[in-house]
Amino acid sequence: MKPLLTVEDLRVSFPTRTGLVEAVRGVSFTLGRERLGIVGESGSGKSQTGRAIMGLTPGHAKITAQKLAFGETDLLKASPKVRRDMRGRQIAMILQDPKYSLNPVMTIGKQIMETLRTHEKISSGAARDRAIAMLEAVQIRDAERVFKLYPHEVSGGMGQRAMIAMMLVCGPELLIADEPTSALDVTVQLEVLSILDKLVADRGMGLILVSHDLRLVSSFCDRVIVMYAGKIVEELPSADLANAKHPYTQGLLNCLPTLGTDRHPLPVLERKKEWAA
Amino acid sequence: MTSALSVQDMLVTYDGFAALDHVSVEIPPGESFGIVGESGSGKSTLLRAVAGLATFDSGTLSVNGRPYGGKKRDKEFYRAVQMVFQDPYGSLHPRQTVDRLLLEPLVVHGFQDIDARIARALDEVGLGAGFRFRYSHQLSGGQRQRIAIARALIVEPKILLLDEPTSALDASIQAEILNLLEQARKDRNLTFVMVSHDLGVINHMCERLAVMKTGKIVETIPASALRNREFSADYTRQLLIASEGFSRTAS
Repeated sequence: MKPLLTVEDLRVSFPTRTGLVEAVRGVSFTLGRERLGIVGESGSGKSQTGRAIMGLTPGHAKITAQKLAFGETDLLKASPKVRRDMRGRQIAMILQDPKYSLNPVMTIGKQIMETLRTHEKISSGAARDRAIAMLEAVQIRDAERVFKLYPHEVSGGMGQRAMIAMMLVCGPELLIADEPTSALDVTVQLEVLSILDKLVADRGMGLILVSHDLRLVSSFCDRVIVMYAGKIVEELPSADLANAKHPYTQGLLNCLPTLGTDRHPLPVLERKKEWAA
Repeated sequence: MTSALSVQDMLVTYDGFAALDHVSVEIPPGESFGIVGESGSGKSTLLRAVAGLATFDSGTLSVNGRPYGGKKRDKEFYRAVQMVFQDPYGSLHPRQTVDRLLLEPLVVHGFQDIDARIARALDEVGLGAGFRFRYSHQLSGGQRQRIAIARALIVEPKILLLDEPTSALDASIQAEILNLLEQARKDRNLTFVMVSHDLGVINHMCERLAVMKTGKIVETIPASALRNREFSADYTRQLLIASEGFSRTAS
């Protein structure tokens, strides 16, 4: 089967006053129609990897890669117009906090319709019906009412569902979720994840879940990539996480306090220079 | 023995809405007490009312046997009770250096040997003198939270109120901050009141915990009951499931 996404030796660097900062340093992976998790601490380059694929890296940054292809399309050579057409229709992204990533002066329904009408020739009546159907698909009970609300009038969990609806309404093949639940209440997190899980499975999409929470990623994804200082230190199936070989992955797993264990003090994550080399 | 912190029948209302609905808590000295609850359950309001950041309409509050009212508190109170907030980015003054941030509580409380105390406070939270003249934007989230803890500990309080001290941090930084807090508690015999939504963290840090919902305390259980699943509140069960991670079968 052809991979959905091919990334080979991806590098993202930012020129700054103090020299070149390399955020991503040679990341390679391929993605089929599966759930892939990218885990790492802040600054490990996990978000920048997602953003480079989406085409949201700031203009002054330098992106190089042997190959960065979505299906047959070479993303590095694609014109801004092609990239724009792809965003939302073929690749979509869910961001961390619905408070900041939804348009505050536009109703939720309008925002979903906007996505639809950007990519498809569709009458406003039909767009409205699709938007409401999509809101129902993310298990919003009173979709007609939520359609007319502004983002500040809904809770975080509801806002994140609206965001998922907006991103999936055009039926993208690849979804990048960058910390989609970190801003939500713990109990709401699971609800949002299970909605996401169901929609991704039903539509046969590829998913990249970017998060710092290894436990969450491993329980949600088929495969996990662990990043450290812009590089992949380990790649393994989620089921084998307990047998992780790299000390960094083991450290990430061990540093979480859990019920049932009693460790004082908690083991702290080691960071060795040679891992970044 | 008098309680370190005693809250009786506390009521906090905002425009007629009872954010805290007749809550009572009794915390002996040296205990670490956890509070869990969903957003809007009043757990942060309880901390804020104790700290004097929210005024309470009725009920009593006493710290180490001394009663305090809803509004004005004396210096002695703020010396004994300090708070660490959730968001390390929002809780430090952006235009003050670390030195200035740590200086202020010392001056307010009339401490001598200020210089030595600031140096010691930085050492204690594992940052060292190199951080003394930096601004908070030059620090990472974990380092900022260390400064916030140093600022709270520098006036030698008896009670530390912790409002989700690690939920804005990476999982890997969380362990470091939790270890730091635990060490400080051991060294200074502090009393902790800690709000968190992560049962793993509460279980690790606390001896007892209260579960809150819609402004009331639903149940108060020892942390060991979490491990043995001896609790009755539905919300506790939900939190417990959430702490075990996502599972396809449960959904």
